[in-house]
Amino acid sequence: MSLRFQRLILILTTLVMLSAALLLILFNTKQNIVFFYTPTELIENKITSGVKVRIGGYIKKSSIKKKSINSYEFKITDNKNEILIFYNGILPDLFREGQGAVIEGSINDQNTVNASKVYAKHDENYMPASIKKELEKNNQWKKEYK
Amino acid sequence: MFNFLINPNKFNKFADVIFKPLIVITSLTIIVGLLLVYLSPLDYQQGLTVKIMYIHVPSAWLALLTYAIMTIYSVIGLAFKTPFSFIINKAIAPIGAVFTILCLLSGSMWGKPMWGTWWVWDARLTSVAILLVIYVIIIFLNYTFESREVREKTIAIFILIGSINLPIIKFSVDWWNTLHQPASISKLSSPSIDISMLQPLLVMTVAFSLVGLIIAILRIKAEILMRKNYL
Repeated sequence: MSLRFQRLILILTTLVMLSAALLLILFNTKQNIVFFYTPTELIENKITSGVKVRIGGYIKKSSIKKKSINSYEFKITDNKNEILIFYNGILPDLFREGQGAVIEGSINDQNTVNASKVYAKHDENYMPASIKKELEKNNQWKKEYK
Repeated sequence: MFNFLINPNKFNKFADVIFKPLIVITSLTIIVGLLLVYLSPLDYQQGLTVKIMYIHVPSAWLALLTYAIMTIYSVIGLAFKTPFSFIINKAIAPIGAVFTILCLLSGSMWGKPMWGTWWVWDARLTSVAILLVIYVIIIFLNYTFESREVREKTIAIFILIGSINLPIIKFSVDWWNTLHQPASISKLSSPSIDISMLQPLLVMTVAFSLVGLIIAILRIKAEILMRKNYL
């Protein structure tokens, strides 16, 4: 085997080993890399009150209550567990029932969170508004589109 | 047949042949792309903001493609000592950096109205920010080390190490919970982007790639000229 191909194999092996090492690190620190916990993860982990967390999930249908001009109360759910959120501030455009959202805030006690920030999460579906109307008209509108 | 991808003289000849037609095709693609973007429908949730996607996605894709090309050339350059590899590495790094900046800026502008924030440190956004840092380091490495050979080798090795970031960027949205949405086009199940939005997106991607190619050809030719003495 010529020197050049020995070098090539050496480089490729080094790359594979390096990426394997890095991927092992990344997967074992998964807890720190995730941007948010789901409500179930939060309840199972029993995080002590006062700790800052981010929770992601869907905004539960008909759970949004407007208490005053910019004070809201709603529930975040992952269809297994739900968490009650209190929030004072401006909500992003995409924030609505059934829509995904990520909430940053501190835990009061089990199942309630005082939110300091609310992010709306956009899914990977893109569709013209006119098609949505068509689909709704024909009762083809699927729940997964949200 | 593909000698022009590794031989500077053949590259020069090939570039001269395709350059003028390339400019014509590129201008046409940009015009058609922008027209399609203008005519594309509004999204059922995002409204007009969806049109940022037609800038954001092509630049993100080109930022990654540029780095992938640099990685391949670095492997070839280190293994087979081809001088053209190092010309490519020097010439196209700034192009990748600019596309990364475009991607980050347009993403920010989309994130503010949609998510409610300019920036969050989730896995996708952070890994792309790291890509920008890597690009900047590569560009600056060109101004280090007196000895050209040491410098070029260092850059190539650095590019190889940085290339681990590419799969992390691509799969960050699948491996971890992120605020960034998962991929729409390269999804195995049914495509989750409507055809009337997919068309302008694809045309814009081609247009961006062609613009990148034109700048790359100009930069590579300039770099070959500068190195004429010792090629």
